[in-house]
Amino acid sequence: MAVYKRNYKPYSGELTANWTRFLILPRYSLAKIFDSKLLVGFLVVCLIPFLVSATLIYLSGNPAVRTLLGMQGANFIGINNTFFYYLLRFQSSLAFLITAWIGPGLVSPDLTNNALPLYLCRPFSRTEYVLGKISVLFFLLSLITWIPDIFLFLLQAELEGNGWLIANLPIARAIVLGSLLWITVISLLALALSAWVKWRIAASGLMFAIFFVAAGFGEAFNAVLRTYWGHTINLVYVMNLIWADLFGVPMNISINRRMMDDPRTMTLPLGFAWLVLIGVCGVCLLLLNRRLQAKEVIR
Amino acid sequence: MRPVIELENLEVVLGTRTILKGLHGSLRGRAIGLLGPNGAGKSTLINTLLGFHAPSSGTARLFGRDIRTDIQSLRRLIGYMPENDSFIGDMSGVRFVRYMAELAGLPPNEAMERAHEAFFYVGLGEARYRDLNGYSLGMKQLAKLAQAIAHGPKLLFLDEPTNGLDPPARARMINLIREIRGTEDMHIVLSSHLLRDVEECCDEVLILKDGCIAALSNLEEERKTNKKFLELETAGADPAFTTTLEQLACECASFGNGKLRLILPEGIRIQQIYAAAAENGVQIRRMNYRRDSLEDIFLKAMQPAVGAAANGSL
Repeated sequence: MAVYKRNYKPYSGELTANWTRFLILPRYSLAKIFDSKLLVGFLVVCLIPFLVSATLIYLSGNPAVRTLLGMQGANFIGINNTFFYYLLRFQSSLAFLITAWIGPGLVSPDLTNNALPLYLCRPFSRTEYVLGKISVLFFLLSLITWIPDIFLFLLQAELEGNGWLIANLPIARAIVLGSLLWITVISLLALALSAWVKWRIAASGLMFAIFFVAAGFGEAFNAVLRTYWGHTINLVYVMNLIWADLFGVPMNISINRRMMDDPRTMTLPLGFAWLVLIGVCGVCLLLLNRRLQAKEVIR
Repeated sequence: MRPVIELENLEVVLGTRTILKGLHGSLRGRAIGLLGPNGAGKSTLINTLLGFHAPSSGTARLFGRDIRTDIQSLRRLIGYMPENDSFIGDMSGVRFVRYMAELAGLPPNEAMERAHEAFFYVGLGEARYRDLNGYSLGMKQLAKLAQAIAHGPKLLFLDEPTNGLDPPARARMINLIREIRGTEDMHIVLSSHLLRDVEECCDEVLILKDGCIAALSNLEEERKTNKKFLELETAGADPAFTTTLEQLACECASFGNGKLRLILPEGIRIQQIYAAAAENGVQIRRMNYRRDSLEDIFLKAMQPAVGAAANGSL
């Protein structure tokens, strides 16, 4: 019907499948996100580690090119589990920055503008809402973490040949699992914070506080009480512990350089680290469940 | 005719307070008004029918489907215009309505087409590309109406749609609601504390008081009944005119200054009143059917004794 015919007409056409509805949210959100040139620029910057790594892998697999460039010597960087471990750690920092930037803007505007009743009066559940919002972060963070890393892994396998791919499949598993774990934790945290702190900048600030101020408290706790349980509230440490295990990298290689002076601080049990992450995700889901209501009931 | 809304001892407790207290009744009108003073439970009833609040006991059915078990499928049939400001910022009007239509299940192209149509329909066609944040209050109300109807619902919930509107905007909103009521496929539930809004738009009214049904009334029937009441303002009315009217079997009461109130018997036509006036040399300067029927019903419902009567069906 042409727009100039101003009569109400009921809709009798086909409807989209229920399971695809949650994808509408990321489509609209991503369109808005990619309108920001600054953010697109930052996303491009986030691909620099990938380009640098691809160059290193290429050089590592081509001694002739190294000779041409005057990089002779046997001690050129080894492309192994440690290489991918450090790459993922660096990318995870960028992923965190992106999440702190975008995450709070996903839910808080809907709460500020009282838009939830509009979503939830339609055949659209709260679970689909959370799924739709979190998939925005999953998509963007995947673009700068495990997707380029898997590409690098395949590039290395192609250059190395001789069964390198099969022999190093655990690295690929660690890349995907480690990335998805990190993405899940920071995405849920960002959504939960933005659901409770309506002011976007405050939500971003709180996210930094949870990661870095809590880490500081944890370290202080350890130093004062001569224990390692303070790491429980240091999510970066907990995550590193799990990544080190996934990649098969000794924990002391990675952590000692950055934050450890006392060897006792390295002994937080791995199972407990998993429990901490599961607990954080559970608390975030509870917070979201509590906050994402079509109507708030004041008791 | 199948009931649109059936309430079966519907009780809703929020926190520690019982907001809806065992509502029971059925509503079949094309446009159903929800009336009641502030805090009577109108919005809670709408929110419960939308599935936002779970009934603590009893249930309700929309088009025969239980809200406890079929709420997801029912939401396909529902359009909702919330009472408060409710939109998504940083979006143009038409994009917002398209987004909402897509969430209701329309494919993207159809949603876009319907969003444009809805905007033209509510009279915001020229402003559809403007950012929602820049809309006036009246425009926001119309945009909310557009998102509520874009996906073609069968039942439209309007929660205080004329809130904050100036008289011309209110008149436009009321006209739109009446126009929508005239379409074949849509039923309307209009919640308001303004009697005039409900009277102008609805053919059935549910009056709530303290979470109970204080009255359930078919306004169409009431209007038909009230057509028998006639108020006249005349010049030169004398006892002879009154006698002539009584000879026509009208019950007649005089209030001085030429004001008369008549109860017309079955079968009498207005022309006969004019003829009687001409016969007696009386000028009829004003003639009104009584229009305050809803006010009467509402005031009666608000009396404590009637409030307790509650529950029923039409």
